[in-house]
Amino acid sequence: MHKLTIAGIVEGLGRGDFSSEEITRHYLRRIEQLDARYNSFISVTPDQAVARARAADKRRSKGDAPPLCGVPIAHKDIFCTEGIRTSCGSKMLDNFVPPYSATAVDNLAQAGCVTLGKTNMDEFAMGSSNETSFYGEVGNPWDTGRVPGGSSGGSAAAVAAHLCPAATGTDTGGSIRQPASLCGITGLKPTYGRVSRYGMVAFASSLDQAGPMTRSAEDAALLLQAMAGFDPRDSTCSDIEVPDYSAGLDKPIDGLRIGLPREYFEQGLDTGTETAVRGALAELEAMGARLVDIDLPHSHLSVAAYYVIAPAEASANLSRFDGVRYGYRCKNPRDLNDMYTRTRTEGFGDEVKRRILVGTYVLSAGYYDAYYRQAQKIRRLIKNDFLAAFEQVDVIAGPTSPTTAFEMGAKSADPVQMYLEDIYTIATNLAGLPGMSIPAGIIDGLPLGLQLIGNYFDESRLLNIGHRFQQATDWHQQTVSQCMQEV
Amino acid sequence: MSLDKNDIRKLAVLARIDVDDAIIDDVASKISDILAMVDQMQAQDTSAVEAMANPLDAVQRLRRDEITETDQRQSFQAIAPATEDGLYLVPKVID
Repeated sequence: MHKLTIAGIVEGLGRGDFSSEEITRHYLRRIEQLDARYNSFISVTPDQAVARARAADKRRSKGDAPPLCGVPIAHKDIFCTEGIRTSCGSKMLDNFVPPYSATAVDNLAQAGCVTLGKTNMDEFAMGSSNETSFYGEVGNPWDTGRVPGGSSGGSAAAVAAHLCPAATGTDTGGSIRQPASLCGITGLKPTYGRVSRYGMVAFASSLDQAGPMTRSAEDAALLLQAMAGFDPRDSTCSDIEVPDYSAGLDKPIDGLRIGLPREYFEQGLDTGTETAVRGALAELEAMGARLVDIDLPHSHLSVAAYYVIAPAEASANLSRFDGVRYGYRCKNPRDLNDMYTRTRTEGFGDEVKRRILVGTYVLSAGYYDAYYRQAQKIRRLIKNDFLAAFEQVDVIAGPTSPTTAFEMGAKSADPVQMYLEDIYTIATNLAGLPGMSIPAGIIDGLPLGLQLIGNYFDESRLLNIGHRFQQATDWHQQTVSQCMQEV
Repeated sequence: MSLDKNDIRKLAVLARIDVDDAIIDDVASKISDILAMVDQMQAQDTSAVEAMANPLDAVQRLRRDEITETDQRQSFQAIAPATEDGLYLVPKVID
């Protein structure tokens, strides 16, 4: 049963091939027996999952099944889940059991999804390797000595290892797409505002966006359909109507204009990565798409602008963790200031502290204009580059990640090297555009993704291209035998 | 921009984070590396560019001034480190 996609599970449940309880127990068993290898889950919730699955089966028997009725999935541990510990990968929230659920979680539950558990992640989503988690690193299912990417590394690994058919993720600078690339799955970061951020632990509020991590573009369409939509509880959530994402999946793509940013292909792109990406592009060309060279002249400034804006917003957002209302509190504080300081010093890991310090610096008096204001201006230049490009093309394509998965520990001592992991994904977050990574090749036994960037609210087109590509190729079905092991 | 130990100490106070003396040089050097990378921005002329805070240039949505949330104090305080009579307890501020 673990070979099935979401679309396949929906069909199987509909035909009565198996019940939700059966497939839910199947996945729970896989997690229990196989996840010691990967450490992709922080919390598993078997009792709630089985109860929800039984309720789903009952609904189906009454002829009252919502679209994803009884489909088991996992949530990144950044989404608040009522009554289920939500740690955000941090000691700070190790004891945090939220009294409410995130809108994205609620929406998926409304659509019928069953939650198997919560997946591992970089602490507060700050990282590109899942090595900053308080709950330990996650092994890449293709080679457990390598990282799965981050910050949604647990979700990516769990989907790749067939421990769940799909999972939610969040993407602030590449945190859905880069782990999707490194684990050989499909990951979609929607347009900023497409999915509500309510109940998602905030990292950088003007960049954070939730999206699906799946084994196919078709599945991403099904999940996004349930996740997306207006939410009055998130003041930045868009009220633009949500289209039917599955309806346009099969549309032919002949005549499609695909823009290739010169900057992405010229600046020291890894040869293996380039070969894989060019191979995927040739495939799309054979399907009738036209490749057009474009320029994104300010793209070299993306990482710099991001590492001002994201830490600045993080330092403000994470000021809420003070030991007063929820989460960790230090033992025997001498006074209020000691309580704040020791709670934060003991509760946060090194990378989180580093980003808070950088954010505090760039927002401090005398540096605000030189750093924060300048970064916000560069952000507009980057957005304008994309707007100009979309005058000429329908979609932009390039690599998702600079290379395939690297070995654990290879970059953890050098923050700047780690930050450069997101060199191709960050601009999309700064501009607020949707981006998707789809498996596009295998280099020396490790998968690599092709990134597609769409115009605002044009997720349908990305899903359509991804689906057509996956109809013509089988990169998304490639796996290693370990991931298919029966239990 | 390169930061020294004293700069880090000042930032740490502002951020309510304690940086141990044993690691402060390493913290200063890593943050200086990050700021050196970030400094690429300074070469870009942005005098005619308007700053962008929201990627969709959206403005704050307003709603009617009505009470829409229900009282959930009990469930919120159930997860607090220390409460009493509906109040959050913290160490004494004034003796």
